Amino acid sequence: MLIAVLSGFILALSLVITGKWIKGKGAPLVGLFPLALFGYFVSFFPAIMKGESLTFTYEWIPSLGVNLSFHLDGLSLLFCLLITGIGALVFFYTAPYLKEHIYLDRFFGYLSMFMGSMLGLVLSDNIITLFVFWELTSISSFFLIGFNNESEESRRSAMMALSMTGIGGLFLLASMIVLGTVGGSYEISTLLGSADMIKEHENYLWIIGLLFIGAFTKSAQFPFHFWLPDAMKAPTPVSTYLHSATMVKAGIYLLARFTPMLGETVYWNGTLIIIGSITMVYAAIHAVFRLDLKGILAYSTISALGILVFLIGLGTDQALLAAAVFILVHALYKATLFLITGIIDHETGTRDVSKLSGLNKVMLPVGIAGILAAISNAGIPPSFGFVGKDLIYEATLGFETLIWVLSGVALLTNICLMYAGFQAGIKPFTGQLPKAYEKVHLPSPLMWVPPLLLGSLGMVFGLMPFLIDKSLIQAVVNAMIRGGALDVELKLWHGFNLVLLLSGITLAAGFLLYYFLKPSALLEAKTNRWEKLSPKSLTKGLGGIFSGISKLWTGFFQNGYLRYYLIFALTFLTFILAYKLFKETELYINFNDLTGITFYEVAAMVIIAFAVLFTVLTKSRLAAVASLGVVGYSICLVFLFYSAPDLAMTQFSIDTLTVILFVLVIYNLPKYLKLSNQISRVRDGIMSVIFGALISILTLEVLNEPVLKETSQFYAENAYTLAKGKNVVNVILVDFRGTDTFVEITVLAIAALGVYSLLKLQLKSTEKE
Amino acid sequence: MELLLVFIIGLLYGAGVYMILRRSLVKLIIGLILMGNGANLLIFLLGRIVKGNPPLINSDANILGEIYADPIPQALILTAIVISFGLQSFAIILVKRAYKVVGTDDLDEMNATDEDL
Repeated sequence: MLIAVLSGFILALSLVITGKWIKGKGAPLVGLFPLALFGYFVSFFPAIMKGESLTFTYEWIPSLGVNLSFHLDGLSLLFCLLITGIGALVFFYTAPYLKEHIYLDRFFGYLSMFMGSMLGLVLSDNIITLFVFWELTSISSFFLIGFNNESEESRRSAMMALSMTGIGGLFLLASMIVLGTVGGSYEISTLLGSADMIKEHENYLWIIGLLFIGAFTKSAQFPFHFWLPDAMKAPTPVSTYLHSATMVKAGIYLLARFTPMLGETVYWNGTLIIIGSITMVYAAIHAVFRLDLKGILAYSTISALGILVFLIGLGTDQALLAAAVFILVHALYKATLFLITGIIDHETGTRDVSKLSGLNKVMLPVGIAGILAAISNAGIPPSFGFVGKDLIYEATLGFETLIWVLSGVALLTNICLMYAGFQAGIKPFTGQLPKAYEKVHLPSPLMWVPPLLLGSLGMVFGLMPFLIDKSLIQAVVNAMIRGGALDVELKLWHGFNLVLLLSGITLAAGFLLYYFLKPSALLEAKTNRWEKLSPKSLTKGLGGIFSGISKLWTGFFQNGYLRYYLIFALTFLTFILAYKLFKETELYINFNDLTGITFYEVAAMVIIAFAVLFTVLTKSRLAAVASLGVVGYSICLVFLFYSAPDLAMTQFSIDTLTVILFVLVIYNLPKYLKLSNQISRVRDGIMSVIFGALISILTLEVLNEPVLKETSQFYAENAYTLAKGKNVVNVILVDFRGTDTFVEITVLAIAALGVYSLLKLQLKSTEKE
Repeated sequence: MELLLVFIIGLLYGAGVYMILRRSLVKLIIGLILMGNGANLLIFLLGRIVKGNPPLINSDANILGEIYADPIPQALILTAIVISFGLQSFAIILVKRAYKVVGTDDLDEMNATDEDL
């Protein structure tokens, strides 16, 4: 199982070597890989059918409770099959679609990485691993959406998708951590057992609130939906894969997965119903007015996701059954529609639905696929979509309150979606074929077989629902119901009842709408006027304000003037030190332990003080350097007074060298000017006085603390016995800490090299500019 | 005596801060040297000062006597002096070089990248 999940990543890595072959002849064969995975997951059917579930655990970071534990039940299996099945078709489809694209190998790499992440996401039992895979899908989809990286728009929509889903992912992480802390485990299977405790916990609202943000951003729910239409800048195979079956369904999966644990509270159900219904109606109405085929599909996808959230929100057995069926229905017809859109775009060069018609005369199999998908989307019997839509109406009619509001919302959405589906699946293939498209021809079978296959499946499942009801759907639903043991039997024909009436109304209204409302640029423009109020524009505005503030902030601190950086740093340091010093320390001077003062010491100190002041105040650079030398030599004296002959010698020679070096380069330098004005000199003066005083006080206070001599004692005792040296300081440097000294010498050597090369470097006249 | 040293350390730090806040690169280096001296004295003082007892083992003994100057701060300072010399010499040459190329030692005129010039 681990290999199955990771194989996507392994394949992506292997492209480093095999990339060339894949770009050329190997492209159509890459699809065999997801196909093999599909076969692998199909082999679990018998076990899942019996109502079993399988667990695979691999330890990853056991100390943090993070394990690679995978759990395969009906819900995971359904998603795995969609991911690998539709994945395989998309892989095959991509080969001719992006034929001879220079980055085709990368594309397959991103795609398989994405597939691996999705598989990991739907199989994870550990909620931290789930989050990791969740973010991996965001990251790999970022590369997929921004695949046309020369286009600025494409890059921007990739950024938008990444920031929305990525931020959502962080909310998810927060939710998962709270959940793990409350529930005492990071395994979903264990947490399910403490569902009641979690629901009564005071942090329950935090858990679901944060979880909702994660799920809603991923599944493009209102008001986070706007990244999805933008993500349509991606190549069509990506849109197909991401938006029909995988990426956006991840949020749905999350909600479905946590329903048995967190569901059945008024907060859970209420929020999902409200957000779901707003999203489904809002997006469905939007879909009606789009002209771009992919725009239509994008909004109808958002709307379908809204339906799913809404159904999970209803939370009754019927609603969850409807959701399970609708996931499959939607994946089948939406993938088909996306694929045929890709073909139309590829062959005719346009996606404007008002310009497309009569294409069935030149590409009949594609037309058939489109019509099949449109039928399933509309829910016309005997398609699988009809089964799905019946179940949705059954769910709304079977709810305890507000039956008519809920059913009305569903009805309105379904009518708009039906119209959108007809626009995308039927409109381009009926009517007169424009002259411009007469030479359009059917693409490679690798491109038209996948949509035809998916479209036909929509019919097969409709006519023969027994193929999947007991085997798959039942297990899916039972994974969403706590302790679920629902017996599922799907039927095409339910007899004459209210549900059928609603279906009939939907169909009639949909047909009327299709007949009367013709897509036009004028209508689209009218709806675009509302854009200013849309969440997308608001978010963009907010982002603008943020980047403005951050610009000011950065401009203030990162202003390019060294002294301001220093002033900020020093002021901060001064305040922190002063606060700590005066707040928490008792200030006093311990006069008892002081050593006595002699005249020559005082003389040396006075010399240092005057030399320092002279260095600071003098107007001559030579004088400054000279007095700097005086400071150094006087310090030399201090070292000598207090038993540090080695230091005195070093200081003496080094100081001499520094002064000589300074004097050597001084005549090369510009005039030694006072560049700063009076005000800044006063300001810096005050700062330095405060800082110097603070250091003095700090030193005094440290002197009050007892000093530990253990280490010195060690050296004092062992310098001669171990290292045969009488000068302890020398022994420390060349023996005990010999390696450090060696490194120090290396540093000096490098500095010497630097100095040498700087002196010898001859710049060409152009480089001097 | 400690009080005097404390005052000198504060003075060196203060003067160092004042100098590194100047616009001239040469003053910046002078400021760094002053601060470095201050830091050396600080370490030296905090190891406690002892008069007339350098950490040298008598020729007839194997270990240091009871009262001796702490060798560890001395070793540290020795290293610091040498390393700071490396830094200073490199910086001084760099200033010289920078002046040759850019024609100024005013930091405010050096804060643009090549593209802005």
